[in-house]
Amino acid sequence: MDDSDWMRSSRILFDTVLLRSNLNLCCSSPLSMFKKFQPSTDISGQTPVKTSVQRSIRSAVLEQWKIEPETLDVVWPKKEGLVLVKCREHLSIYTVHGEPVFFQHFDGPIFPALRILHKYPYILPTVRVDRGAIRFLLAGAHMMCPGFTSQGGYLPPSEEAIPIGRPVAIHAEGKEHAVGVGITKLSTEDIKKVNKGVGVETVTYVGDDLWAIHSL
Amino acid sequence: MPAKKNRDKADKSAAPDTAPAGTEDPEGPPLPQPKPPVQVLYCGVCTFPVEYCEFGSSLTRCKEWLRESNLDAFNKYYSEEALQTKIGTLSLEAQSKLEQDTAKKEAKAVAKADAALKKKMASQVTIKRIERNKRKHVTSIHGLEAFGIDLKKAAKQFASKFATGASVTKNPQGQEEIVVQGDVSDEILEMIEGEVGILKGIPADNVEIVEEKKKKSGD
Repeated sequence: MDDSDWMRSSRILFDTVLLRSNLNLCCSSPLSMFKKFQPSTDISGQTPVKTSVQRSIRSAVLEQWKIEPETLDVVWPKKEGLVLVKCREHLSIYTVHGEPVFFQHFDGPIFPALRILHKYPYILPTVRVDRGAIRFLLAGAHMMCPGFTSQGGYLPPSEEAIPIGRPVAIHAEGKEHAVGVGITKLSTEDIKKVNKGVGVETVTYVGDDLWAIHSL
Repeated sequence: MPAKKNRDKADKSAAPDTAPAGTEDPEGPPLPQPKPPVQVLYCGVCTFPVEYCEFGSSLTRCKEWLRESNLDAFNKYYSEEALQTKIGTLSLEAQSKLEQDTAKKEAKAVAKADAALKKKMASQVTIKRIERNKRKHVTSIHGLEAFGIDLKKAAKQFASKFATGASVTKNPQGQEEIVVQGDVSDEILEMIEGEVGILKGIPADNVEIVEEKKKKSGD
């Protein structure tokens, strides 16, 4: 009796740990973060960011994205204060002059806003989905592996493989500009191998509620 | 006109930059100057980058807009050849299905927009004069948000116009309304009819003035 109780409680503990790690990776909803986002109800407050914190964010951005310090200065001038917009579910959007520039979930990777990515397409590694997947992507679905491995799709070659949990720019077959930003749920090598289920979770995409926000 | 030309030019100069999706330019070590941003042409109707208009819900209107504003881009995306190459990558069946879907979506969106417009035209704005004391009143305005008016800004406008307090509050039904101190119902009606400031697009017929007297308490 005692033994089984102990087992159960330890099992629960184990589960919560698992859940926590899952959350840390990214939000585990079936649809992308900004599919539904109402500025009036989902934003809990706006605060200017301390300079010391700004410095660490700047270095984090430079580390995570393939962007030169000079180019980042254009997007986010050194003199301009960053404003942190806190939203539900530990989502933080950072804005410069009210325009969303990048956002972060928990302490996860920093994603650029899609309009910034369109301006500087080289800052994130690229994956591409086939044409059939575009319409699902624009409805906010996560991207399944076969969309990348089919003829119209593209994954970086094995020497440039993208590990799990990295932000990627999602491009589409026959299109010039990125259609969304995602986070890898499998490394690109695994996507090729498994070829089943979710490969990249969509975080934001053209036409979602973050896209509709021009300034906060 | 010159502004339009400029944009065309910027588009063209940016085009070779972006040709291979996402690959970095072979520029070697990072230069001291910042890299120029890629100019992306966004659709004026659906706000998507123009190449994604076909997946939106207003393709016909997007097409018209693009033809008027930027003929080069229009030819690039909607000319016969462009359509041909697009079909090349997809089976004919899937293509026709996609087209059907888009048409359906478009019809749906149009119907939805129509319904929304009708609803908007039918919705009422109520200006209520509430007796607060024997000869003191507050005025509450309800229903402005249906006409796309920012309540906070409207409250500010009233406050500065009448030099009284005006605030956005929730009424017992949980809807938001503007409460202005003092009896200003007639002036507000005039403002709405005259479309002063941000109070635009409200048909005067939809505005009504109501009076609410304080209930006689039993004591």
